[in-house]
Amino acid sequence: MLTAEEIKMIDHEISLVPYRKAAGIEALKIVQQNRGWVSDETLHEVAEYMGMSDEELDSIATFYNLIFRKPVGRHVVLICDSISCYVMGCNQLYENIRKVLNIKYGETTTDKKFTLLPNACLGCCDRAPALMVDGNLYRDVKEEMLEKIFQKYE
Amino acid sequence: MAKLNIDNITYEVTEGKNLLETCLSLKLDLPYFCWHPAMGSVGACRQCAVKIFKDENDTHGKLVMSCMESVKDGLRISISNNGAKVFREEVIEWLMTNHPHDCPVCDEGGSCHLQDMTVMTGHDYRRYRFKKRTYRNQYLGPFIHHEMNRCIQCYRCVRYYRDYAGGDDLNVFGAHNHVYFGRAEDGVLQSAFSGNLVEVCPTGVFTDKTLKQHYTRKWDLTSAPSVCMNCSLGCNIMGGERYGELRLITNRYHPEVNGYFICDRGRFGYEYVNHENRVYQPLIRNRVSEAVSITELTEHVKKLLTSSGKIIGIGSSRASVESNYALQKITGKENFFKGFTDTETNLLDYLLQLMHSGKFDLPSQKQIEQSDAIIIIGEDLTNSAPMLALAVRQALFKTAVQKDVRSTIPVWHDSAVRNLVQEDKGYLCVLNTYREELSELADEKYYASPKAITEMVKKIIALLKGETIQTNDTQNREETLANNIVQQLRNAKNPVVITGTSCYSLSLIRAAADLAATLKNEKQKGGISFVVPECNSIGLAMMQASSVQSLIDDAQPVSDNATLVVLENDLYRRFAHQKLETFFKKFKEIIVLDSLHNQTTQQATVLIPAATFAEANGTVINHEGRAQAFYKILVNRPPQIRASWHWLGDLISVKTIELEKQMKSHLSVLYQLVSDLPQFSGVEKLVANALSEVNGHLHIPMEPHRYSGRTAILANITVHEPKPVRDEESIFSTTMEGERQLPPSPLTPFYWWPGWNSEQALNHYQREVGGLLQSETGDIKLLNGKFVQSNIEPVAVTKQEQQEDADGLWLYPRYHLFGSDEFSVYTGGIAELSPKAYVCVNTNEAAKQNWKDKETIELNISERKFQFEVKIEDDVADGIAFVPYGIKETYGIEYPVRLK
Amino acid sequence: MERPLTQNIDLERGPLSLKDYEKVGGYASMHKALKQMTPQQITKLVTDSNLKGRGGAGFNTGLKWSFVPMGDNVPQPKYLIVNADEMEPGTFKDRLLLEGDPHQMIEGMIVASYAIQASVSYIFLRWAYKEAADILRKAIAECYEAGYLGKNILNTGFNLDMILHTGVGRYICGEETALINALEGKRAIPRAKPPFPQVSGLYGKPTIVNNVETLCNVPHIINKGADWFKSLSKGEDGGTKIYGVSGRVKNPGAWELPMGTTLREILEGYAGGMQEGYQFKGLLPGGASTDFLTPDHLDVKMDFKTVATVGSRLGTGTMVVLDDRTCPVGFVHNLQTFFARESCGWCTPCREGLPWVEKILLSMERGEGRKEDIDLLEKHCEWLGPGNTFCALAPGAVEPLQSALKYFKEDFEEHITQHKCPWHNGWQS
Ligand SMILES: Cc1cc2nc3c(=O)[nH]c(=O)nc-3n(C[C@H](O)[C@H](O)[C@H](O)COP(=O)(O)O)c2cc1C
Ligand code: SF4
Ligand code: FES
Repeated sequence: MLTAEEIKMIDHEISLVPYRKAAGIEALKIVQQNRGWVSDETLHEVAEYMGMSDEELDSIATFYNLIFRKPVGRHVVLICDSISCYVMGCNQLYENIRKVLNIKYGETTTDKKFTLLPNACLGCCDRAPALMVDGNLYRDVKEEMLEKIFQKYE
Repeated sequence: MAKLNIDNITYEVTEGKNLLETCLSLKLDLPYFCWHPAMGSVGACRQCAVKIFKDENDTHGKLVMSCMESVKDGLRISISNNGAKVFREEVIEWLMTNHPHDCPVCDEGGSCHLQDMTVMTGHDYRRYRFKKRTYRNQYLGPFIHHEMNRCIQCYRCVRYYRDYAGGDDLNVFGAHNHVYFGRAEDGVLQSAFSGNLVEVCPTGVFTDKTLKQHYTRKWDLTSAPSVCMNCSLGCNIMGGERYGELRLITNRYHPEVNGYFICDRGRFGYEYVNHENRVYQPLIRNRVSEAVSITELTEHVKKLLTSSGKIIGIGSSRASVESNYALQKITGKENFFKGFTDTETNLLDYLLQLMHSGKFDLPSQKQIEQSDAIIIIGEDLTNSAPMLALAVRQALFKTAVQKDVRSTIPVWHDSAVRNLVQEDKGYLCVLNTYREELSELADEKYYASPKAITEMVKKIIALLKGETIQTNDTQNREETLANNIVQQLRNAKNPVVITGTSCYSLSLIRAAADLAATLKNEKQKGGISFVVPECNSIGLAMMQASSVQSLIDDAQPVSDNATLVVLENDLYRRFAHQKLETFFKKFKEIIVLDSLHNQTTQQATVLIPAATFAEANGTVINHEGRAQAFYKILVNRPPQIRASWHWLGDLISVKTIELEKQMKSHLSVLYQLVSDLPQFSGVEKLVANALSEVNGHLHIPMEPHRYSGRTAILANITVHEPKPVRDEESIFSTTMEGERQLPPSPLTPFYWWPGWNSEQALNHYQREVGGLLQSETGDIKLLNGKFVQSNIEPVAVTKQEQQEDADGLWLYPRYHLFGSDEFSVYTGGIAELSPKAYVCVNTNEAAKQNWKDKETIELNISERKFQFEVKIEDDVADGIAFVPYGIKETYGIEYPVRLK
Repeated sequence: MERPLTQNIDLERGPLSLKDYEKVGGYASMHKALKQMTPQQITKLVTDSNLKGRGGAGFNTGLKWSFVPMGDNVPQPKYLIVNADEMEPGTFKDRLLLEGDPHQMIEGMIVASYAIQASVSYIFLRWAYKEAADILRKAIAECYEAGYLGKNILNTGFNLDMILHTGVGRYICGEETALINALEGKRAIPRAKPPFPQVSGLYGKPTIVNNVETLCNVPHIINKGADWFKSLSKGEDGGTKIYGVSGRVKNPGAWELPMGTTLREILEGYAGGMQEGYQFKGLLPGGASTDFLTPDHLDVKMDFKTVATVGSRLGTGTMVVLDDRTCPVGFVHNLQTFFARESCGWCTPCREGLPWVEKILLSMERGEGRKEDIDLLEKHCEWLGPGNTFCALAPGAVEPLQSALKYFKEDFEEHITQHKCPWHNGWQS
């Protein structure tokens, strides 16, 4: 069931577009914000509310990188693996993070705290390598910073 | 006209048309995938690349996708240019990086557009050495097999299923080189038109599951042109057989009727032809040895008829014109009865009068697609005449496009046009007794009883004529609605009314017709389309006979020693069972001709195996009065499986020897028919023209060219093929031998052209892609209002209309794509998807009747008990209960029934 | 040296509020444009200034606006969209403008909207720019409050709404027509052009999509004129440009410099040259989808035309430096992994060709490359060229590959002949 709060936010998005379906992505963003990811059930609820079939909404959901259709941990760790970070050692950074969190790309820590994903250029190439945890950007990331970064998250 | 230079040859072509389409119309070999003649261009696959040159001096040229270009005068292009060729070959190599090497076990093999294009581009060696991506397949229901690994991502399936056919349960998921075409989860595809995916998909992702059950390669099929018998629209089909079994139905293009597509009932509902319940053997009942030979039977029946008292014949709306006529010839006009109920007879006779009146156009499916405002009155098209629903969808889209044309965007540019149109669509109004699929697209909808709908239509007419209607407050909603509808209809140039017999209401049809007549004036080109119950309902109606109802209702004996001949009609479907029992008792002998056993055939003292459409030649007349011929697909059948007209023709000697001779061949039956019944004048031409077209030629081969892969018939037993069967009367030959040119269009048994093994070879059978066929379609519209020799009598409409006025709870049938049709349910998948016995009412009515949702109730109808599960639905009119039409559990209800 | 675009930017201090922005002359161009100029005059002025789109393609901005149908009988509403989807690897210039001086861009948007008579404007912002989103949200609210957005702006009868839209990640969303599909809530597949968005864009209505940096230039052109704008530049194209450098240089960053500043000046002057122990081997001059330039090109002027003459593109003007200790094959492989992953999946060459290229490069890195692979790579560069694919993603993707094959061919060959990557001891992961 969509919560009253979710519905309010979705309705606002709907009011900005000429027809309901056009707010489909926005609706997904809203529920993901709330629930961490978009389960089949959530997808169905949103689709129904938007007057779309599950297929129609999932077609859009699965196109984009940041609509998670599989469960993720409480925090999503994105490592920039694009060119500047590659030159500046993102592969090494990945190795280091793997050691700290004990997970590979696409995996979630057993305590469901972190999910690790590679990500395209985070737009701070002058301060590479970069890392993003939830909305927070970390630049010039060095091995010794990692413990402290991850400690911040519950 | 424009001059188009292709590889230094100049062609005169139409300006503004799509370049790829133009090349294909010129019959040039240019490969493509994402483009489809019915769906236009999107430019995704990049297969149709050609070079464009600025002028004669430009030797380098520019690579463009031909499907994304318009033809302009003076355009210079090259298909054979090496750069373009290499690129096209590379497109195939790319597609092959993931396409599996499974042609030998792929159902598409041998009729695969991807195979054809691969050969056409010359790609033969694959350099890709890495792993291919693989997918899980989905269960998509009983009709369509899914094999995602074969996907080449042309996006045609979603474009067809969603954009064209309006389905919403198939889509594309994911991105980059991981795009998946399917449903959100396993399950039956919900669209009534899902079967076209099989033809739309250029490779083996979506294939026909019914074919899979008795798989045969296209090159091993023996095929013939036919007409779908599963509803009244008469869509054109081709049937393919092997080993005496009908194995595949595919679309046969007809520019006016079904175009490129058919519905799922039409495509998959053919298994009855092969069913074990078929009547295979002539039987004379109540003897030691009941099974008899053809001669024994004919002799027996001839004797029986000669010594008989009155001979009563009952015709059928699912039998051909020829068969009905042959029966009438035996019984005489006065003793030939229509196998309809009184109500149906009245409705159809009245319809016939209307269709004949010339007061309005009777648009074809194609013409309906051009309509800019559609009002559907009392029909659930998706279930009663499915392809009309598809035509309506096209009309709504095309109107929206017309509204917003910007000269810079050509209509073939499908994605651009859809981006422009967005959610806009043409006007649709649905007035029906319940909410159905098309209602979703309707601007105005109104669910009410047939009586109330009739009133609404009358209001609309009055308003259109400028009369003011008296308002009283309770009717305010109706007033507003009528006003809105009128506004829209008034502004339309080409409004179309669609109605039919589903509501069993004469007044409703009368009102609808009046509306159409009002909409035909100096400014508007109003048309009306009538949906009728069966493939030859119109043909039978045109026979000008009375309904058999009074005979059935009347307890009086017919005469001493009377004989009844029932032609392809299970009377138990339509008539109250109690009455039938008495009725049959009135006859000493009951001769039944039919192709499947049913309750009526059980009453037979003489049972004659009738051919199905697949084993016979014949003519049927569709809902618009269009006569179309169908041809024998299964030639190699036991001789006793014969068209009813053939059997009956043999028996006519009861009248005169001379006649018997005349009724021997299909054509002679037709000549006799039109001389006796001039209202059918013209039907003989279908076959006569076809015959004269091939006259002096060899026969038309029913099999495509034989190549090394062709399997010998009975190869498991011997590689020596048996001698092909020759049907002396037939213009077809059952083998690949025969005339090698394109057959006359109405006689096209399959699509094949050198290099084009898939159904896309169709391009070669058309003068222009998407346009007319190479030769005339041959069919003829009989009810065009111009026909002078009409002696169809006016119907007395008042009696029935009076009946309709009664209040109370009325029982009406509800039509189902799967289940309502008598024969298609013999296909396992169709039976599986057929409804259970339910009775559907709205909450109001349920409360009144004290029915609870899902409980089983019993209804007493014509002294018989029926059991139904209660189904409560919103948007069902007050005063109405629905039960599913045509399923075994509702046989024998004479609709409409006023429930106590 | 004048630095109109960055004059107000102080990242330590944070962006100026509307009030402070106005104190330093902000929104003057809006007043001037709306009250004293006709849309046509604005479009002409911008055309004359020779402002070229900073999104990468370098099309004259005023000219682009002039294709929008004007007058009463045209489809409504019209839209202006600012493309803030910056996701081109190696590019981080728009972020600076968005976070540093949001009102400058909003002012540019208002003027541009007025010029094409758009009544709705969108900022299509990349999801990852969270900080920018907060900053923009605040700035937009300030504008509504001040009456610079909404109905009847400055009592001129001109109405404009502004909506901040954040994406959900896909490089292709930066392609203007894919962006429009994304805004419509659809899969971000590009649209075929023609029709161009100017004629049929968002919801089928006339639409202009401009880059952030492009629009930031507009207020200054209105205020100071076309000649002034042209005089800022050292080359043919008008104005200043935000150049950026990343990679193993001493001082990576972004700077606003006259258009046409030489590569040497940027690389050696502003970026401080290479880090100790690293040699300059080449660079991508304007993001991941531009051809390599090499030490031979250091004196090239960084403007659209000059860079094109040496076989590359100015692109976004943000350079990624390849040093001698980074394997060029690995470098290109990284780029192709990105492009293959970000292909939208619509057209065959890109969807199937790029993953193949990526796999070949990976096999080279693993020491499994074959002689014929180089030929295949070269052919792909040709086959995925402009016009052959549906949009410009794939042609962009093969630019660094084709130039790497040109300048660093021996490196590719060594991978094959040595059956390993000379930079790695066998390729891991
Ligand atoms: C694959 C691809 C990605 C693009 N990404 C961006 C982008 O992130 N930002 C941008 O401004 N332009 C991007 N563009 C260019 C836009 O399509 C468009 O040309 C630009 O936004 C127009 O703005 P301008 O005329 O102001 O340069 C991209 C183009 C392609 C083909
Ligand atoms: S080149 Fe083709 S597949 Fe690639 S992003 Fe553009 S349209 Fe999509
Ligand atoms: S048929 Fe032209 S691109 Fe697909």
